[in-house]
Amino acid sequence: MGKPQSDFSLIKDVLDEYGDVEGSLITILQKAQEVYGYLPKDVIYHVAERIGSTPAEVMGVATFYSQFRLTPIGKYLIMSCQGTACHVNGSERVSEAVSEYLGIENGETTEDGLFTLENVACLGCCSLAPVIMINGEAHGNLTPDKAIAVLKDIQAKEGC
Amino acid sequence: MRVVIGEGSCGVAAGAAKVHEALDALLTGNENFEIGSTGCIGMCFLEPIVDLYDGDKLARRLVHVSADNAQAIYDAANTGDLSKVDDITIKPEDEEFLNGQTRIALRHCGLIDPTSLNDYRAADGYEGLQKVLNNMSPEDVIEEIKTSGLAGRGGAGFPTWFKWNAARQSESEEKYLICNADEGDPGAFMDRAVIESDPHNLIEGMLIGAYAIGATEMIVYVRAEYPLAIKHLEEAMKQAREANLLGKNILGTDFSCDMRIKAGAGAFVCGEETALIESLEGKRGMPRLKPPFPAQVGYMNEPSNINNVETFANVAWIMNNGGEKFAAMGTEDSKGTKVFALTGKIRKGGLVEIPMGKTLRDVIFGIGGGIRDDKEFKAVQMGGPSGGCIPKDLLDTVIDYKALGATGAIMGSGGMVVMDESTCMVGMAKFFLDFTASESCGKCVHCRIGTKRMQEILTRIVNGEGKEGDIELLEDLCTAVKDGALCGLGQTAPNPVLTTIRYFRDEYEAHINEKKCPAKECTALLTYRIDADKCRGCTLCAKKCPVSAIDGERKNPHKIDPEKCIRCGQCIATCKFGAIVCE
Repeated sequence: MGKPQSDFSLIKDVLDEYGDVEGSLITILQKAQEVYGYLPKDVIYHVAERIGSTPAEVMGVATFYSQFRLTPIGKYLIMSCQGTACHVNGSERVSEAVSEYLGIENGETTEDGLFTLENVACLGCCSLAPVIMINGEAHGNLTPDKAIAVLKDIQAKEGC
Repeated sequence: MRVVIGEGSCGVAAGAAKVHEALDALLTGNENFEIGSTGCIGMCFLEPIVDLYDGDKLARRLVHVSADNAQAIYDAANTGDLSKVDDITIKPEDEEFLNGQTRIALRHCGLIDPTSLNDYRAADGYEGLQKVLNNMSPEDVIEEIKTSGLAGRGGAGFPTWFKWNAARQSESEEKYLICNADEGDPGAFMDRAVIESDPHNLIEGMLIGAYAIGATEMIVYVRAEYPLAIKHLEEAMKQAREANLLGKNILGTDFSCDMRIKAGAGAFVCGEETALIESLEGKRGMPRLKPPFPAQVGYMNEPSNINNVETFANVAWIMNNGGEKFAAMGTEDSKGTKVFALTGKIRKGGLVEIPMGKTLRDVIFGIGGGIRDDKEFKAVQMGGPSGGCIPKDLLDTVIDYKALGATGAIMGSGGMVVMDESTCMVGMAKFFLDFTASESCGKCVHCRIGTKRMQEILTRIVNGEGKEGDIELLEDLCTAVKDGALCGLGQTAPNPVLTTIRYFRDEYEAHINEKKCPAKECTALLTYRIDADKCRGCTLCAKKCPVSAIDGERKNPHKIDPEKCIRCGQCIATCKFGAIVCE
């Protein structure tokens, strides 16, 4: 593997606090993801060893919940709302347009590392449907064109 | 004067934080007013909202406020001359949205500062708890809840007192009271609104429940996607601990109980109580076999009781006002009020709390103001992926558990998504099956594979590849999945399919037999052509077409090449003469 090993010291405190507390695996993984931005494979092995579990068990939990990511994310995380209100108001065309414009599918990251696209369950801003949220900022009442304009603004800001 | 900005998640998403920043930037320190913050009033269609208070009295409600209005708001609040904000003042017809409601669970939302214990206390906060701890035995509390008729607001509508009583009667050193705040139904956000806007109300309701069942710890399982809710609840818990409302010997009594938050990690099935317990224990959220019920063997194998946020949000009110007053509202079968998240093609979307027994028409056409853009009402989807679509001729159905259940839909957690003529009902069923198929935990074969097969059949129908017998096959699968699934997710996953077949069978048939989508939504089934009589040859559509499927000479009628056309609809949006026909 060409990838450098993850720095486990970054989650030492987390493991010290929760490693021996029964039922804390999800909390540990959440905190690890906050640190690394995703869950690298070696971190999964490390966590398993530390809490006396197996990598399979930890991987089972990591892949069960939609919050956990096994690959790094881009600088901008685009959360595309797939809630019912967004669906009724045409979210499919918006996410198709975003997908096509960036050349990535759900869960993928652009080659330049700028954008990651993630389809998410309801963001709860249903009155603004259809909505995408980029790094926590909601963009509502979108059309395919408006969504692409938002992306172009970011690209311009980043000098692309 | 006080300027209070609505900064719930919806408000912030609509730009409330920017309004707050713009106002802050104008402050010099010599103002005649102060700035405050509140949660969600539930009028999502008017966000961002700013309220101007004169003492305790609401002097003006300002709507669709933007940062550009900051100076006008500043001047109005500073001088008291409210005519300066006339142009952004709420219209009388929009005020009706709140006037038509009866608020119990949401009674403080958008009115108090969610980060202030004083605000909550001034609004009768913790009086219910005080009364319970001073004058009532746990059995009295359960009896009062029984009188109120309160039923689980998470969807199933199970009587709350019964669960509390079962947990009370389980003997153990450790007992847990758990709040299900894993609001997973895409299209429902009332639980988030309660936690964000009135966190102490949840804490008080839970404390009363904990006292009733004899819980030693309280846990709130919140969706990780609700960061503001988690933040406000954490703050409220800290304040409550400092005020001796949480922890040891609460309010000087023998009752001790503390509370913690557990952030969920995103799995719809964790709304099911045994799956939620598995998840709390750090495992994959897969449902357990019942019995034993959580009241006997729950979290960490100890007796546990789980209720939804909205259920708890009613408890303190019931203790304050008496169960009878709560039971006086509603129908024979369903008591009290229910909160709905009214969204979709509705004119006035937001959170609506009404007494049970009102009709769907009252909510959609009364409070919600009817359908947007003067289109025709087609159906309302209730209960999310576990619920169903209710058609126009059942609009006078009353809102109670039994009557809604009889339509094939459910009360559910309160998602109410309104659809107009442009929504394809087969597409709607597919949308929900896409959701349940991906959220099925995989434990039960019927749910894991059955939902997948149903999704495949629906996909081929919307793609124009439906076959004769597909409807019957879907119905068969629906029955099998309902019968063969262990938990609520699988047992109810067929509901969106069954109700759309029941009420909109003709749409399924049109897709399968005629390869047409009557709502003109399924792109694979549409054809675009240009009406030569109306086309002026302006070339706009040809220029706009992303795949150069439109051809023709200037000032002569154009033509669309159906082979090239990707049915994106951009030509229709561009044409000024209505010459493009979509069939």
